[in-house]
Amino acid sequence: MQDGHDNRTLDRREFLKCMAWAGTGTLLLMKGGVLHARTLGAEADAEARDATFSFAQVSDSHIGFHLAPNPDPAATFRAALARVDALPVRPDFLLHTGDLTHLSRPDQFATVQGLMQESRAGKGKVLCVPGEHDVIGDNGEEFFRRFGERQHDGGWYSFDHRGVHFVGLINVLNLKAGGLGYLGADQLAWLNKDLAPLSAETPVLVFAHMPMWSLYPEWGWGTDDGAQAMTYLRRFGSVSVLNGHIHQIQRKVEGNITFHTARSTAYPQPAPGTAPAPGPLKGVTPDRLRSYLGVRSVRHVQGRDALAITEEAMA
Amino acid sequence: MSGRPVLAACLSLALGGPALAAHAAVGAAATPNRIEIHNFMFTPKTLTVPVGTKVTWINRDEEPHTVVSADGRFAPSKALDTGDRYATIFSRPGSYTYYCTVHPFMTGTVIVK
Repeated sequence: MQDGHDNRTLDRREFLKCMAWAGTGTLLLMKGGVLHARTLGAEADAEARDATFSFAQVSDSHIGFHLAPNPDPAATFRAALARVDALPVRPDFLLHTGDLTHLSRPDQFATVQGLMQESRAGKGKVLCVPGEHDVIGDNGEEFFRRFGERQHDGGWYSFDHRGVHFVGLINVLNLKAGGLGYLGADQLAWLNKDLAPLSAETPVLVFAHMPMWSLYPEWGWGTDDGAQAMTYLRRFGSVSVLNGHIHQIQRKVEGNITFHTARSTAYPQPAPGTAPAPGPLKGVTPDRLRSYLGVRSVRHVQGRDALAITEEAMA
Repeated sequence: MSGRPVLAACLSLALGGPALAAHAAVGAAATPNRIEIHNFMFTPKTLTVPVGTKVTWINRDEEPHTVVSADGRFAPSKALDTGDRYATIFSRPGSYTYYCTVHPFMTGTVIVK
């Protein structure tokens, strides 16, 4: 663990950009309060056996997308869920970090629900937060009707699971012209209050669709008031932040806060600044596509100091 | 001979066929009431038109975009999928700032004189 005092200078210098497009999912392993991510696969399988609990993350399924490089994101989402189902240790729940659909259409949400029902993980406990593609035109009404937790009017929620405090945030609503992701004053006030009674030793896991740090603002990859949320989280010994949105794995460590973005189950996007714009990497050939898609699983081991995150490419 | 590209652009506008989309994009610069959405940008970023002009946006990206007035001064578009269009008539003078609510860093302005 880094010393909490000298991290600010270190962080910027050691900004970790772990590029790894591949994978359908990630195994997230909680070890004594710190999250570890592992690509689903042999490594994850071995580590999962000594975990207190684990859960799986999928992201950016973009059901309704129909162009290059993936004309059939339903098939790749189905394959991602199959990966989760094939884990040797059954995850306690499935987390989808947004952009379930491409255009927020009711038929696209229905397809997502149908695909979920085909999988053991999808039929179990599923937690979601919306992406900006899930709230177009209706402020997320259809999303929340089908996938919302209904704890609070704004859609955000928290819960405790085996000693870990989980927080689901919404940063894709009420976006301002010229801005990035946005949490808003109401949600920030709620977050502050929600975290207040927790001891600093409580492991905290926050998830939201858009990156909670300024990953690449030129492409909208950040959250305008994400830094304010971090001020409430900084006192905790172990904070993990899981995001989607950018269709690739990027990590950043800032003191005791570790940020992880996830692969998409649909299509990869370019690394920051390597293309004229974000958007699908069209040139990926069909035989290579699944190596860019992934699933993540997260594993918690009581008494250790980290959550383990495992990434698994679909091919 | 020099009139040919213009003619091609006009034809593609009239037909709106997907095969001619690329030519239409080329013609955009010469089309005073059209805004192309490409590479997460509105082009032209600032468009000046006379009062009563119908302005049309066309999405050339694989990503969906929207056209929404920053201060609610004209009706918002629905999600524009690839190739979708949205049009609105500006009947009053003014400066209309708009953005894509899906990618709010994308902004543009229509100036109506």
